[in-house]
Amino acid sequence: MALPNVLETPPSGFNFENVFRNVALEGLLEGGRTKAPKPMKTGTTIAGVVCKDGVVLGADTRATSSEVVADKMCAKIHYIAPNIYCCGAGTAADTEKTTDLLSSNLTIFSMDSGRNPRVVMAANILQDMLFRYRGQIGAHLILGGVDCTGSHLYTVGPYGDIDKVTYLAMGSGDLAALGILEDRFKPNMELEEAKELVRDAIHSGIMSDLGSGNNIDICPTRSQSLKTRGKYTSIILVQHLF
Amino acid sequence: MNTRGLRSQLKDSVPVTGLGTQIGAYGVQDTLRSGFSSVKNELLPSHALELSEKNFQLNQDKMNFSTLRNIQGLHAPLKLQMEYRAARQIQRLPFLQSSHLALDTLKGNDESISFEDILNDPAQSEMMGEPHIMVEYKLGLM
Repeated sequence: MALPNVLETPPSGFNFENVFRNVALEGLLEGGRTKAPKPMKTGTTIAGVVCKDGVVLGADTRATSSEVVADKMCAKIHYIAPNIYCCGAGTAADTEKTTDLLSSNLTIFSMDSGRNPRVVMAANILQDMLFRYRGQIGAHLILGGVDCTGSHLYTVGPYGDIDKVTYLAMGSGDLAALGILEDRFKPNMELEEAKELVRDAIHSGIMSDLGSGNNIDICPTRSQSLKTRGKYTSIILVQHLF
Repeated sequence: MNTRGLRSQLKDSVPVTGLGTQIGAYGVQDTLRSGFSSVKNELLPSHALELSEKNFQLNQDKMNFSTLRNIQGLHAPLKLQMEYRAARQIQRLPFLQSSHLALDTLKGNDESISFEDILNDPAQSEMMGEPHIMVEYKLGLM
């Protein structure tokens, strides 16, 4: 068998060779009635709240693939840095990979400079990355953390738009969660109060949206000045009887 | 450095070469791997991102050099490009895998990870290039 002649090594990065073939296949399979398998979406409720000395992030744990629940215990709160966590809604693989890349980049930076990464750096890296791909990477992210300048909460959309807010909800259940947040949010809340607020917001998202469900993950990120035992961030799992 | 919003400085973008098809055995188009050939396939991109990704690095460099020239004068991009050219020459023959260490360090790619480093790694490419053909192509003899 003659080998195909490659004149130069193919460039690394995304490969668009199969796009024509896929489009042609979709048209050919059973006269256009069969569609290609859809990627797993997180169909989510995620929420974040800035409280007095930190940020509280919350997420549900259901991942859907069209009408089927693909994963009942999906972890949507991703670790970025010891002081920064990120919730992801949208296409599950995209949020995973994007947050992994972000975490690696920030680790390299902190090893290089000996400093803790700042939340605004994470937001800028995400913005550059997502805008470059013009929204084809379906990652709706809530980025929250505490650094030397204070506690911050950012939302990053798939096209790279960012917004810096004090409370936030995203995903398919975001309207329900936002209702609870709008009603009970107060600036400079205590940590326990903020955790309850986020838990209730995710709960209402789970109740009102088919794409969210199963359990609630809460992740409080506290500033380092507080005396805490052991690690100062942990993901607490609140289980519901669904 | 990421200089946004300075597209007006860009006098002309990098010209786009044809989105060529795979040349299969005996110099004919490889129908099994890339489908039937058509002029439309060669001229128009199949995916929204194909063109922008193909020239992304080149366009970024052009924009950065143009800004640098405006701020610091002609010497700045000239010296940088001279260094890039020198570093680009440190590589193995085309069919072997070269690390591009000096070029990466100059460009700052050694301190960041992006999709170029994860996807489609040339070290794990499924296609094998014929050494003689590749060297001839590189030297412009083909």
